[in-house]
Amino acid sequence: MTTVTLDARPTSHAARPAERMRRTARRWRYLTNAGAAVLSAVILLWTLTPLYNMVMVSLEAEGDVAVTHIWPPEPSAASFWVVVTEGHWYLEAFWHQFGNSVFLAGMVTLLVLVIGSLTSFSIGRMRLRNGWVITNAALLTYVIPASFLAIPFYLIMNRYGLQNNPWSVISVLVTFATPYAIFIFQEYSRSIPLELDESARIDGASPIQIYLRIYLPLMAPALVAVGTYALLLAWNEYLYQFLLLSNERSMTVAVALGKFLNSDVAPWNYMMATAIIYALPPLATYYIFRNRMSSGLTMGGVKG
Amino acid sequence: MTTASAIEFAGPTVRRQSLWRYWRGGLQGSEFTWAVAFVVPYIAVFLAFVIYPAFYGLWMGSNPSLYTEVFSDPIYLNTVVNTMVFLAFGVNVKLFLALMLSGFFMRPGWWTKALLLIFVLPWAVPALPTFISIHWMLNGEWGLVNNALYILFGVDGPSWLNSRWLALGSAIFSHVWKWTPFWTVILLAGRMSIPQEIYDAAKVDGATGLRRFLHVTFPLLANLYLVLTLLATIFLLGDFNSVYFVTGGGPANSTHLLATLGVVRDMLELGKPQLGVAAVMSALPLLIPLVIILMRKLKTSEAQL
Repeated sequence: MTTVTLDARPTSHAARPAERMRRTARRWRYLTNAGAAVLSAVILLWTLTPLYNMVMVSLEAEGDVAVTHIWPPEPSAASFWVVVTEGHWYLEAFWHQFGNSVFLAGMVTLLVLVIGSLTSFSIGRMRLRNGWVITNAALLTYVIPASFLAIPFYLIMNRYGLQNNPWSVISVLVTFATPYAIFIFQEYSRSIPLELDESARIDGASPIQIYLRIYLPLMAPALVAVGTYALLLAWNEYLYQFLLLSNERSMTVAVALGKFLNSDVAPWNYMMATAIIYALPPLATYYIFRNRMSSGLTMGGVKG
Repeated sequence: MTTASAIEFAGPTVRRQSLWRYWRGGLQGSEFTWAVAFVVPYIAVFLAFVIYPAFYGLWMGSNPSLYTEVFSDPIYLNTVVNTMVFLAFGVNVKLFLALMLSGFFMRPGWWTKALLLIFVLPWAVPALPTFISIHWMLNGEWGLVNNALYILFGVDGPSWLNSRWLALGSAIFSHVWKWTPFWTVILLAGRMSIPQEIYDAAKVDGATGLRRFLHVTFPLLANLYLVLTLLATIFLLGDFNSVYFVTGGGPANSTHLLATLGVVRDMLELGKPQLGVAAVMSALPLLIPLVIILMRKLKTSEAQL
C-alpha cells in the first residue's frame, strides 16, 4: 500500500530512499522519546512514592494517622514544630540525641581519615615492605558483612562494660569504613609523583613533615570523598547503634526512631517529622559532595 | 680459637642483620620506624575489632551440639529458604534493573541528568526512615498503597505484611528500591569509561541497538557485572535493615534473614547468643568461597568500589 502511494508521488527516484530513511529515523526518534517519557514517569513514581508517604504522614494533624485518603485534608507542619521544641515526652531528648549522632559521625569521619591516610601513606608512599598484607586485611574487612560480627562484638563490649559508651560504636564503624579509605587513598595517590616525596626527603624533611606538608594537601579531593562516605555511613548506620546504645542519654536519633517503631502508641506524625529531620543532614551532605564522591567511588572502576 | 669464636658470634648477628634489612626494605634508619608507626593504628583496629570478635564468634559457635539445635528449628529452616529467595531475586532484579537503567541514564539532555538526581534519592536518604515509611505504606487497613488502590481502582488490596510471601516480597521490593540507584551509578560510570571509538567502530560495522548492547557494551561490562554480583550477594547476606524494619521478621517469625534471626530472635528475644552465632555461621560455607573469588577478582581486575 505504501509503495503504491509513494510511487504515485512525483518525486525523483534518487531522493526516495533517503526520504524514507529520514522518515523512519524521525518515527524511531518519536518512539524512543515517548518510551523515555513513560520510563521517566515510572522511575519518578517508583522513587518518590515512599518519600511522599513520609511527607504525607508528617503533615497529618495529630491523632488521625489511620486514614483512608492519600493526601491529608488539612496539612499542617505542626509536628515539625513539636519535634524541634521537644514538645512530646517521646522527644524529650531529641536535640541531645541529635548531638550524639553528630558527635558519633564526626569522630568516625576524623578517625577514618587519620588512620586511613597514615596507613596508605606508609604502604603506598614509603613503600613499607609487606604492606600488601595490610591491604589484604583491609580488603577482607571490606567484604565481610558487618552484621556477621554483631553478636560477638555486642558480647565483647558488654564484657568490658562499654555498653552505652559511644566509643564502642565509633570503634566498630571506624573498623568497617577504614578499608574503603585505604583503597581510595592508595588509588588516588598514584596520580601524585613520588619525586615530590624524594626531593623533600633530600631537603631533609622527616616522614611526618612529608605526610603533613605534601601528602595531605595533595590528597584533599580524596579526603573529601572518603570523609563524606564515612560521615554518611556513621550517620545512617543502625544495627550497632541499636545494640550498643540503648539508654535515653546515649542513644542516637537512629536508635530513637527505631524505638518509636516498636511502640504501638507512638504518634506517627511526630515520628515521621523526626525521620525527615534526621534524613536532611545526610541528604544535604550527599548533594553538596556528590560529584567528588562519585568520582572517588568509581575510581578505577572498570579496568580490564 | 679466637677467630673461630668470632665467626661463631658473627654468624647469627649477620643473619639477623640481613633479616632486619629485609624487613626494612629500602627504608633508612628512622624512616622505617615512622613507616611502622603509621600502620600501627590500623593494625591495632584490625586486630581488636575484626580478628578478636571473629575468633570470639568462632569459639562461641564451635560447639557441635549447637548445630543440631539450629538445624532442628523450623524457623531456622524457613530463614534459610527466605535467604535463598532473597538472594535470587534481590541480587538479580537489582543488578539487572541497574544495568538497564544505566543505559537509560546515558541518554543526553538535561532531563536525564535531573532525573538521575531524583533517582539517587533512595540511596542518599538513610535506610531507616524510608523503610519505616514503606512499612506503613503497606499497612492493610490504612496504608498509602491500599488507599491508592481503593481510590483509583476500587479494589481492596491485600494486607501485605500478614502473609509470609507477600511480606518477604515487600522486603525484597524495599531492598531493590533502596539499592538499585547505588548499583546504577556504578554501572553508569562503567558505561561511561567505554571509549566512544569502540562505538564508532561498531557503528561502521552496522551494529546498533540490541546488537550493540549484546556484542559491544555487555562484553566490556561483563567483568564488572560479575564483581558487582558477587559483592551484592555478600552484602545482601549480611542485610539487616530491610527485613527488620519492613516486616520485623513477621508474621510469626516467617520472614527472617540470617542476620535478623541471629540478632533479634536468638540473642535479644530468646537470650541465646550462641544460637544466633551458629545461625549466622551457617552462612560461612556460602560466604567463604564468595569472598575468596571476589578478592581474587578485585585484585586481578583492579575493579574497585
